[in-house]
Amino acid sequence: MIKDKAIIEVDRLNKSFGQNHVLRDFSLQLSEGENLVILGKSGSGKSVLIKCIIRLIEPDSGTISILDQDISLLDQDEMDLLRADVGFLFQSNALYDSMTIRQNLEFPLRRHWTKEERELKAESAVKEALEDVGLLHTIDMMPAELSGGMRKRIALARTIILKPKVILYDEPTTGLDPITGREISELMNRIQEKYNTASIIISHDMNCIRMTANRIIMLIEGRNYAEGTFENLIKNQDPKVGDFFEGL
Amino acid sequence: MALLDKLDTPFFREVGEIARFTGRFFREVTKPKQEWEEFVNQSYHIGYKTFTLVGITAFIMGLVLTIQSRPTLVEFGADALLPSMVSVSLVREIAPVITALICAGKIGSGIGAELGSMRVTEQIDAMEVSGTNPFKYLVVTRVLASTVMVPILSSLAIAISLYGGYLGANLKGDVSWSLYWYQAYKALIYGDFVPAMVKTIFFGFAIGIVGCYKGYNSQKGTEGVGRSATTAVIVASLLVFILDLIAVQVADVLGLT
Repeated sequence: MIKDKAIIEVDRLNKSFGQNHVLRDFSLQLSEGENLVILGKSGSGKSVLIKCIIRLIEPDSGTISILDQDISLLDQDEMDLLRADVGFLFQSNALYDSMTIRQNLEFPLRRHWTKEERELKAESAVKEALEDVGLLHTIDMMPAELSGGMRKRIALARTIILKPKVILYDEPTTGLDPITGREISELMNRIQEKYNTASIIISHDMNCIRMTANRIIMLIEGRNYAEGTFENLIKNQDPKVGDFFEGL
Repeated sequence: MALLDKLDTPFFREVGEIARFTGRFFREVTKPKQEWEEFVNQSYHIGYKTFTLVGITAFIMGLVLTIQSRPTLVEFGADALLPSMVSVSLVREIAPVITALICAGKIGSGIGAELGSMRVTEQIDAMEVSGTNPFKYLVVTRVLASTVMVPILSSLAIAISLYGGYLGANLKGDVSWSLYWYQAYKALIYGDFVPAMVKTIFFGFAIGIVGCYKGYNSQKGTEGVGRSATTAVIVASLLVFILDLIAVQVADVLGLT
């Protein structure tokens, strides 16, 4: 269920790398419970955008507000606390390969839960997150023992363990076969229903977009070039938009 | 301005970056809430897992030094000075520097490759977005562990190499256990131990900080990880010699030689 209250607001964001101006006055608004897909070509700045939102990259100008807090005004501690409400699923999964699955999932808790809370609740939280992604049996395995699809699910379990209000997905189905990609997309929808999260999904996988998007923003030449639902955009006559939907 | 332009070279930029990285280490290490569990874990990895290599090398080093020094001393009729000569050489210079070079190779490359691989696979970014300070968790713990463990390894290397020296002295001669240790210990003064131990603290710090700097700032790709590990060893080894040279000069100025 999408509500109107904005959970993330990006206003006139600019980011350049040398002469390469990847984001030009880019703006977006994400409402509670909404799945917003950012669609664009490789290298168009989609990943840069969500890394700016989580402040892994500092933008050149513009403002980003998460849960009514301007992140540029937050100090490191305040930003770290806010990050408990914002999950991030990396394209590469970024699982800690020297840790077991259990330790991977417990890691985000160490900053946000007290030692007593961790002793009391960590085990059940880890198991619940793993049950959500259907991989409870991997709890004591190492990431290297898992397939690509399983690693993606574990990364998703680690993302939801703190029950964030927003999840940022960086190309969640890239590199997966179509069946596994579909399973991940279904899983994303199930998690959104269960935890009522809002999501920004970076993707150019049309199956994933069709299954998950409530709204799509086309990021072309660093700008919000077109916006709408999947059904609206597929009918769009603009060739730059049409290229993405060719053959569908 | 002209001088500044001349200094704007990749070498000086790198030196500046390392200085900034070191400055950040000191800022983070003085902030509360250290990652003690990870520090103990790293101390175990750096110390315990390097001990075998350091021990074997130290034993051979003491043995070979004694065997090779003996003929010259015999030629001058000074073979009775063998334990003293071996102990002074090992304590003051050879054991600390060789231990530091082994650590630069094993610890420096290990840290460089590990952090480099974590950087390339976005694991460091993942720590940051989970609200954990990756610099404190990864860098501060490793640098502290290296700073603490290299002096300990160096002390053990001194003891093991002296034992190797004892065996070496008995291969072609006959020195009793008690006489060997009495002479080895008698030749040493306070000014031999203290500068040697103090410089190993700096060696450990340099190895840790260079390994972490190279890994933490690794360029994208597997080639970058390999380069981080290799350059960590090269720079750390070079720093060991430079610090050794400085330590000798400082000890000389302070009258400790």
